[in-house]
Amino acid sequence: MEHYHMNLNLKVWRQKNTNTKGDFKTYQVKNISSEMSFLEMFDVLNEQLITEGEEPVAFDHDCREGICGMCSMYINGKPHGPWQANTTCQLHMRAFKDGDTIVVEPWRANAFPVIKDLTVDRSSFDRIIQAGGYISVNTGNAVDGNALPINKDNADNSFAAAMCIGCGACVAACKNSSAMLFLSAKVSHLALLPQGEPERKSRVMNMVAQMDKEGFGACTNTGACEATCPKEISLTNIARLNSEYLGASLSADK
Amino acid sequence: MLNAKIPSGPLENKWADYKGHCKLVNPANKRKLEVIVVGTGLAGASAAASLGELGYKVKAFCFQDSPRRAHSIAAQGGINAAKNYQNDGDSVFRLFYDTIKGGDYRAREANVHRLAEVSTNIIDQCVAQGVPFAREYGGLLSNRSFGGTQVQRTFYAAGQTGQQLLIGAYQALERQVALGNVTMYSRHEMLEVVTIEGKAKGIIARDLVSGKLERHFGHAVLLCSGGYGNVFYLSTNAMGSNVTAAWKAHKKGAAFANPCFTQIHPTCIPVSGDHQSKLTLMSESLRNDGRIWVPKKQNDTRKATDIPEEERDYYLERRYPAFGNLVPRDVASRAAKERCDAGYGVGSSKQAVYLDYADAILRYGKIEAGKQGRSNVSEEEIIAMGKDVVKAKYGNLFDMYEKITGENPYEVPMRIYPAVHYTMGGLWVDYELQTTVPGLYALGEANFSDHGANRLGASALMQGLADGYFVIPYTLGNNLADEIYSKAIETTHPAFEEAENNVSDRINQLMNIKGKQSVESFHKRLGKIMWDKCGMARNKEGLEQAIKEIQALKNEFWSDVRIPGEVNEMNTELDKANRVADFIELGELMCVDALTREESCGGHFREEYQTPEGEALRDDAGHMYVSAWELKGEHQWELHKEALNYEVIKPTQRNYK
Repeated sequence: MEHYHMNLNLKVWRQKNTNTKGDFKTYQVKNISSEMSFLEMFDVLNEQLITEGEEPVAFDHDCREGICGMCSMYINGKPHGPWQANTTCQLHMRAFKDGDTIVVEPWRANAFPVIKDLTVDRSSFDRIIQAGGYISVNTGNAVDGNALPINKDNADNSFAAAMCIGCGACVAACKNSSAMLFLSAKVSHLALLPQGEPERKSRVMNMVAQMDKEGFGACTNTGACEATCPKEISLTNIARLNSEYLGASLSADK
Repeated sequence: MLNAKIPSGPLENKWADYKGHCKLVNPANKRKLEVIVVGTGLAGASAAASLGELGYKVKAFCFQDSPRRAHSIAAQGGINAAKNYQNDGDSVFRLFYDTIKGGDYRAREANVHRLAEVSTNIIDQCVAQGVPFAREYGGLLSNRSFGGTQVQRTFYAAGQTGQQLLIGAYQALERQVALGNVTMYSRHEMLEVVTIEGKAKGIIARDLVSGKLERHFGHAVLLCSGGYGNVFYLSTNAMGSNVTAAWKAHKKGAAFANPCFTQIHPTCIPVSGDHQSKLTLMSESLRNDGRIWVPKKQNDTRKATDIPEEERDYYLERRYPAFGNLVPRDVASRAAKERCDAGYGVGSSKQAVYLDYADAILRYGKIEAGKQGRSNVSEEEIIAMGKDVVKAKYGNLFDMYEKITGENPYEVPMRIYPAVHYTMGGLWVDYELQTTVPGLYALGEANFSDHGANRLGASALMQGLADGYFVIPYTLGNNLADEIYSKAIETTHPAFEEAENNVSDRINQLMNIKGKQSVESFHKRLGKIMWDKCGMARNKEGLEQAIKEIQALKNEFWSDVRIPGEVNEMNTELDKANRVADFIELGELMCVDALTREESCGGHFREEYQTPEGEALRDDAGHMYVSAWELKGEHQWELHKEALNYEVIKPTQRNYK
């Protein structure tokens, strides 16, 4: 792989806090290596801003290996940038070329208010989980792990849904800011397992109610969420969520 | 000063006897007792959830935006448990033995035996929570093998085991939040322990959004704040992982044990340049099927695929025929360093070795062809089938490698090099996980107790969850039973006021330096000192020099650091400055510890102490103890030794040949 260096123009959203109006600021960064990650390029920008006596850009990030779900930049009109099945932290600068202008914004959704610059508040996701995204089993209650064999397909599909990292890219990609993909991933993860059976109906009803309360929009059925999801969570989960919801709504006992 | 409070009686009965006789708190009293949990990784989330279920009033804190982000989430390979589902000879005793031996005989027998005992309960609990572990076609749980063992006892969920276990614990925690038993404080960082009459009674935390300081009371404080690998700047830890909570405890009197025991993980993606902000691990599970090699010729510049078989040196298989590529981490790391230092390294930096899947792809391809009953299959077809099998097993890891390096590991061998990954050292705790400050506990990676001088793969997840789900609910009750008469203390108490003032003064001091250099630049310099002089190999001269350099760096930091922005707002530079200031002090202690431990054991390799074959040379007569350091003043520590008594296992030289 050939490595190269580049100069870039960055248009970055700056906002002091939730209550202040924000705007774009333009910065130049020079001599960026194609081997850097996108966030390392931001480290360079921030180092430059600190040297110039300016405040660095606040952005969420932690593991920098694509699993914690904390990083959340809206890059050139796409959550997590141009690569498929990718998080911002795993985007590398070889995706760009010398002279490019890159526009970086925070997630945009009513249910994700901006805290500062590119940092948003995603606690609404935690509250959706609090509404029922769990199996009620206290520590010490468990039977032997192999007491209940689970069909491998169900186990695999459950795992595929459980891979959701809760980053919120699905919401940011949706023109209605819907959280259906996030919610459906959790409902599927638990509905596909026998352990999730006892609370299956109440779980989906309560979680959907909480999602609506948080101000997320309705599903558009356009699939922008699936296309942008770093973990490739499938739209099938939304179909399953709808059927779970319908089943629970029509059921006498919830 | 050190009383490990190890229960008497035979090793295998200690934990059962303890549980049978420890004091209990009745449900009505639990409601009156408040517990603070700092950190929400596997140890913190499992502890907070379990204590909430029991009825304690819990307050949990994390610096991330959600408890689900804690760095336990990045653990890839798996979690060990002595289930013996594979019928391959595993048992509680073997897991105990492997862990003690893997730790190079520097861990406490009683703690490790308890860990092996509860390991089986962890798997059951996680399955019940809906953790989607890998399964076989019959619907039963699947296992794989890991370094340092000869049985298959590792449970896994593809390469995302930590994520799945953490989400299980996180969901249990959120359930308790919904039930009102746990109050969650996200984007908060603990900056001080409050002690009253020598006991921990609360914390001072900073709200990282508003910048405001908060006082929180607790009858007990649990630190579940992880390890301190980021003292090296470059490590596989998350960017935010830090030692601050543990260090504040140390400054309030908690002894810090074995700080120099650092795990350098053998299979990480090598450094690509000065811009590097962190290193990424490639799971140890890759060593199950991958073969590690370097060219037999020094400074060989040919492409890996152009180097014929007979000119490759599979140095782990050569040096350690019994364990081969599955030797423990410390052994594998040192062997890689040895080859690279001798001039056999590969890649542009020459600081890398190959991890090659070509053989595994062929082998799996042939098995697939056999399964399908096909003969006369072309090599191309076999390779294609083999790649599919490898993809199913390790696909996400291969994808990650390709994203970072731009190279396709299905076609060319991966380049790997050791990197800082885990810290076995941590706050000294007794059998009940209590530090030397009464009421202050440390769980998970934040304590020192179970891994000795080297941790085996898939044992960190096990320990975090063991401490949180199955140990602390008993040991905390045993101590809080005496606290049922102590009413909650108002946070207007002078001790809280003084603690808050101290934190506030320190923050103002940092902000007022208004120097020229960024926090990051100091952190990088500290990391370089630590990696060069207190990393994979250490010696007396280097360590003495490192101590001087770190002391000078500390002075420079406190006179020339630049932190833009204000105190009372979100200020990520200030957050970092608070952490780096503590890392600098810790770095010094690590070097002091490494200097006084005049032997090589596990991850601690002193160049002066090695066998003629270059293996670690332990000194059991002189150093079979835990080093617990008590802070006495700036740059001053007093060493307390906890002797390690091996009643069941007879320490020998670790032999993986």
